[in-house]
Amino acid sequence: MSTGDDDRRPVAEQPGVEQPGVEQPTADEPGGEYEADAARADRAPRRISAANAVIAVLLGLLGFAVVVQLRSNATDPGLSAARPEDLVRILSDLDSRSDRLRQEIASLEASQRQLASGAQGRGAAVEEARRRADELGILAGTLPAQGRGLQLKFVAGGEAIAAGTLLDAVEELRGAGAEAMQIEGSGGRPVRIVASTYFTDAKGGGLIVDGTRLTGPYTVVVIGDPQTMHTALNIPGGVVDSVHQRGGNVIVQESDAVRVTALHEVSAPRFARPVS
Amino acid sequence: MIAVLALIVGVVLGVVLEPTVPVALQPYLPIAVVAALDAVFGGIRAKLDGIFDDKQFVVSFVSNVLVAGLIVYLGDQLGVGGQLSTGVVVVLGVRIFGNVAAIRRHLFRA
Repeated sequence: MSTGDDDRRPVAEQPGVEQPGVEQPTADEPGGEYEADAARADRAPRRISAANAVIAVLLGLLGFAVVVQLRSNATDPGLSAARPEDLVRILSDLDSRSDRLRQEIASLEASQRQLASGAQGRGAAVEEARRRADELGILAGTLPAQGRGLQLKFVAGGEAIAAGTLLDAVEELRGAGAEAMQIEGSGGRPVRIVASTYFTDAKGGGLIVDGTRLTGPYTVVVIGDPQTMHTALNIPGGVVDSVHQRGGNVIVQESDAVRVTALHEVSAPRFARPVS
Repeated sequence: MIAVLALIVGVVLGVVLEPTVPVALQPYLPIAVVAALDAVFGGIRAKLDGIFDDKQFVVSFVSNVLVAGLIVYLGDQLGVGGQLSTGVVVVLGVRIFGNVAAIRRHLFRA
């Protein structure tokens, strides 16, 4: 952008046209104007670049502002040009719409509360069922159990330990509140004692418990109240007494943590169905 | 040339940054843009006339924008903001038309 061109035309040659933005230099100081021109010519490069920079910044701002304004106008078309009646109608539409949405929110919140409480109830039911299944599993012998209890060791004397003796012992322990039991021979895996467990004397010595052959000495692990069971075993004429009479011995050991790990295989009932 | 480049850069910046107009500036920005356009057209016409002056252009640009904003602000304070904005736009529009007519005469001799 050069300034001070030779072919500068006076405004007077353009009658009837305003010259905004650029005012004509005042006519009463022509000498000053030319002096200024001469001075500008001396330091032209620096002066022009600075002025150009300012102009460039201003025009950049203008372009920026134009785009910003166009965009902000494009975002909400129509509303600013709408008539007051239309605006009132639009406003009432929006009001009723927000009312509807608020009602919808309320009903959704209510159903959410219902569902949440239902889920809570279901969770509690599942928890209860799981607890009950655990109890029943321990009773039926399908789950391993641990707790306070006794460890009994039946050592035969002159006479072998009879199946009836062990059955008596089991009955006695049950009567004293035993909750889970298993019996183990010398070697061989332990057998869980459940309601249907049977004891028979095997030919050639030993016992058959639930189809598994065991040989003495037998170790019975039982979970229950140790004192009560201990007392029940020791009553005169009871289990310990009768074993002693036959020359054997029962070693009773109380423990705070015995483990009943043997499991009982449960077959699904063929005929019985729950009544519900 | 630099001016045209700067204009393009400004437009690109506006497109890329996607700024939103602050609420306080919303009434003034359109008027300021029109006033700046007036100054730009005046500058183009002066350039074609060969009497372009950097300082004059800068001063007229800035003062145009400021005065336009001031008038709108005054109008808002007096409760006639809308009408006064319209008036400013009309006046600036007339001036832009005049300048464009001069530019056209220069370019097409018609």
